[in-house]
Amino acid sequence: MPQKAANAAYYGAFQDPVTNAQAAFRGIMDAMARPGRIHVFADPARPPAPLSPAQGTIALTLFDQDTPVHLTQGLAATAVASWLSFQTGAPIAADRLQARFALVEKAAALPPLSGFAQGTQDYPDRSTTVIIELEALSGGTARRVAGPGIDGETTIAPLGLPDAFDALWAENGAQFPRGVDLILTAGDACLCLPRTLRILR
Amino acid sequence: MSAIEGIARTNFAYLDEQTKRMIRRAILKAIAIPGYQVPFASREMPMPYGWGTGGVQVTAAIIGPEDRLKVIDQGADDTTNAVSIRAFFEKVANVAVTTHTRDATIIQTRHRIPEAPLSEGQVLVYQVPIPEPLRFLEPRETETRMMHALEEYGLMHVKLYEDIARNGHIATTYAYPVQVAGRYVMDPSPIPKFDNPKMDRSPALQLFGAGREKRIYAVPPFTEVKSLDFEDHPFTIQRFDKPCALCGSTHSYLDEVVLDDRGGRMFVCSDTDFCEERREAGHVGPLGVPA
Repeated sequence: MPQKAANAAYYGAFQDPVTNAQAAFRGIMDAMARPGRIHVFADPARPPAPLSPAQGTIALTLFDQDTPVHLTQGLAATAVASWLSFQTGAPIAADRLQARFALVEKAAALPPLSGFAQGTQDYPDRSTTVIIELEALSGGTARRVAGPGIDGETTIAPLGLPDAFDALWAENGAQFPRGVDLILTAGDACLCLPRTLRILR
Repeated sequence: MSAIEGIARTNFAYLDEQTKRMIRRAILKAIAIPGYQVPFASREMPMPYGWGTGGVQVTAAIIGPEDRLKVIDQGADDTTNAVSIRAFFEKVANVAVTTHTRDATIIQTRHRIPEAPLSEGQVLVYQVPIPEPLRFLEPRETETRMMHALEEYGLMHVKLYEDIARNGHIATTYAYPVQVAGRYVMDPSPIPKFDNPKMDRSPALQLFGAGREKRIYAVPPFTEVKSLDFEDHPFTIQRFDKPCALCGSTHSYLDEVVLDDRGGRMFVCSDTDFCEERREAGHVGPLGVPA
């Protein structure tokens, strides 16, 4: 229903764009600097389903006309595409290699991480940040992790990652400094997995 | 008080929102690749390049109404650069400011790391003049970028070796190169090498902004920062023969102050907040006056 999709695009943004984006960014920055810490957004955005409040908040904080965004087929078929377009101006990138960000909704199959932009050896920052909605950020298989930002080691237990994730993540880490960074989300919370994070098991 | 005042107001923290998003994205990539210099579209700021425009842009992109900002210039809260930048953020972001290291959530610094240990939740923002540690050895950006890509840092070791060959010891005393998380060689900005050990596994997040050179880089908390050295010439920090003349500290970085034109001089803590706190606590140096 095109009419309904168009209407959904106008609602659910930040109440106070400047301060809400600043607070959200500090949350994301702290979560990226301290992998394993779960950050809960205080004033999350309310994007149309199936985009979660945390994913919508990250989109409003970081996306704009300079950041092509890749959507899964499931997301592209919903009002999310027009919401992102209206609220952030970000172009939708069909090609994963062109995407600065990618959004994956809950229960969707995890696209192969190696299909996204990995950056180059001399410009490793030109890689995709993949934002994946999960069942929950705790209560899943416990994984011991270490890396920059972590004092010794810590444990993460996101619920809903595929079984093959550890192998995929090891592959991603093996090409450092190239590789994608992940932001796992659930509801209004996020957990960051920068490419430097190692899963110890 | 003119009518213009109502409409000519700048955005919160001076930068427009699109610029903030651009800088914020660069900061996230910088954190994900510790020590790697992320290019960013540095803006003109209402101060000249060389006055900390990189640090100011990083601070402006992260600061919020809840923050408490401290700004230091060579350790001092009361020198021109520090006073101007502090006043700038009071004006454009209306944030609380402090001179106490412990009370600050964001500390913007030019060329020092505070003596008081930093804690989790604090962000240290460095003003960086030349972000590329290899620049004085290889002027071409294309070449230095390739050297970082290939982790080819032999040239830097040759430079340190030549120091030893000429002087008998590594003569580099500030902007002493470090290797971050075992990968990227990074310029710690022109801090004295005395401060290098404070960067290693610091609980605070360290962000670096170079405005003219358009680079942002970062060291996440608890990340290994190793000063380059040789097995037979290990890295050492400066030692001072005398204590601080005002507070008597024997473990802080000291500045030389000329007292007269007959060769009189004194050595005092470069970190003014640290020195003041010690004096308030009753420590007195050889030239100090009891509080």
